[in-house]
Amino acid sequence: MIRIDRITRSFGTSETLHDITLEIRKGEIFTFIGPSGSGKTTLIRLIDLLDVPTTGRIFFDGQDTKTTEAGRLAIRRRMGMVFQKPAVLNTTVAENVAFGLKFRGVEKRTIPEKVRSALELVGLSGFEERRAVTLSGGEMQRVALARAMVTEPEVLLLDEPTANLDPVSLELIEDLILRIRAEFKTTIIMSTHDMNQGQRLADRIGVIMNGSLVQSGLAGEIFYQPHGRDIARFVGIEPIIGGVVTENTGGHALIRVGNVCFEAVTGLEVKKKAGLYIRPEEITLAPAPAPIGKTSVRNQIVGHITKMIPNGPFVRVTVDCGFPITALITRRSCTELGLTTGTRVIAGIKATSIHVLPEE
Amino acid sequence: MSEIIQGIEQALNLIITMNPEVMQIAFLSLYISLSATIIAAIISIPLAGLIHFSEFAGKRAVIILIQTLYSVPTVVVGLVIYLLISKSGPLGFLGLLFTPQGMILGQTVLIIPIMTGLIISALGGVDKGISDTLIALGATTWQKIIEIVKEARYAILGGVVLGFGRAIAEVGVAMMIGGNIRGETRVLTTAITLETGMGNFPLSIALGIILLFIALIVVVALHLITYSLSRDSAQILGGPNG
Repeated sequence: MIRIDRITRSFGTSETLHDITLEIRKGEIFTFIGPSGSGKTTLIRLIDLLDVPTTGRIFFDGQDTKTTEAGRLAIRRRMGMVFQKPAVLNTTVAENVAFGLKFRGVEKRTIPEKVRSALELVGLSGFEERRAVTLSGGEMQRVALARAMVTEPEVLLLDEPTANLDPVSLELIEDLILRIRAEFKTTIIMSTHDMNQGQRLADRIGVIMNGSLVQSGLAGEIFYQPHGRDIARFVGIEPIIGGVVTENTGGHALIRVGNVCFEAVTGLEVKKKAGLYIRPEEITLAPAPAPIGKTSVRNQIVGHITKMIPNGPFVRVTVDCGFPITALITRRSCTELGLTTGTRVIAGIKATSIHVLPEE
Repeated sequence: MSEIIQGIEQALNLIITMNPEVMQIAFLSLYISLSATIIAAIISIPLAGLIHFSEFAGKRAVIILIQTLYSVPTVVVGLVIYLLISKSGPLGFLGLLFTPQGMILGQTVLIIPIMTGLIISALGGVDKGISDTLIALGATTWQKIIEIVKEARYAILGGVVLGFGRAIAEVGVAMMIGGNIRGETRVLTTAITLETGMGNFPLSIALGIILLFIALIVVVALHLITYSLSRDSAQILGGPNG
């Protein structure tokens, strides 16, 4: 649907986006994730033709978007956009939603019905005559979504659509995004700095860091097999570094870190340096000594707890095993297991839960 | 102080009895200043839009120049227009000197800078997100400009009202271009000047009150027009953002 071919975007002397190449398929939800200021917004604006790339090309449905202003307008009118901060015009909700139709010269008689069904889609039926500026942030964002959807766009762009919203509004918007895709088969491109949201919504994810597309792929690939330390950190993995492969039999490897030996699955050859990437929720903790049963957990590492940080219903527990390991444990199991700072524990990690990356 | 009370009494008296001479002066004031306001608005709104929506070298300098002209003394405008339209001036053939039309010209010139400047500020006050939103919704450049002008309507109204205020309250242009000719170019401000000079304080105060009364009517009317443009009738009664 959209092909991005080696685009860069510079503002003055600083390059905000470097050499991005990407193809977004018809009907998919593609999410850009990355830290604030990584260039996600700039990229989305370029896709919506609100801005022009410094170099490189963007193709919309096979059509080069580097064309006349009228040509760009025609392409832009096939897309809908929702901004991070919804801007509503100081008039009624109905008029706000109708703008896209009005600009396209849609027959006046048909507008009220289209507006009504767009508002119904976002759950704001009956809000037609309300003044848009008096709505709450979540309602405004839904008006913005209705306003974008009323023109039945082929591509819907959402720039951090939930960044400023409370959890309830956030869930509403996320549900809506999934419904829109299911009902209208709209290609949806969104950005978020919330990796969990990316995982909940996206078919494919592109990770943007410092203006570069550093990895793209299925959500699972990004979350379990990040391509580098920065991406790993962003998706919530603190790597264990300084490992060396000591043995490798057909992809089943032993990796030594300090005095501890890990079993992991990797193609990395013997003597290569390796970093181990383990999702904190994949690590189990049990007080030591504990009966080591016959489980599939091959790596049993002893250490003591140095830090416990509550995180909603979970606790992030840092265990010193000669190197720090972070585990995400439910608050309840923490209590049940009697874990506190200083407790000696055994950390259990499945060999298949360890993602190994070569280190220089 | 008794002059003020007498003035109020006299003002009421003049209004209730609809004193023909006072009515004639008041209507002429209204006619001249309102005409100047309308002409100035017709010029200022597109001019401000042109300056606001286009990027050119020296844009800031132009805005500073316009803002400097807020301070131009009415008598200087009066003098310049006088030189232009006097018999020997380049526009002398139009015969505008000492006519209401000449006064309209003078007041229009006087208030264009303040109106244009305030409308530029009004347009600049519209959130940048609105402009992006309109473009993203598929607006052409013209559609975008029209919607932004509509969005800025209350602030633009402020500029127009201030322009009218400056026009109806000024003496310099009215005196120099109009000449305060009884029954022809005498307006409220020149009449007040004259009556005060003659020691006729209560009448002067009465005329001042009538001037403010006219201003009230015009401002309310401008508000009604602006609100009806956007069906915001509820705001007349003082809704949010009113």
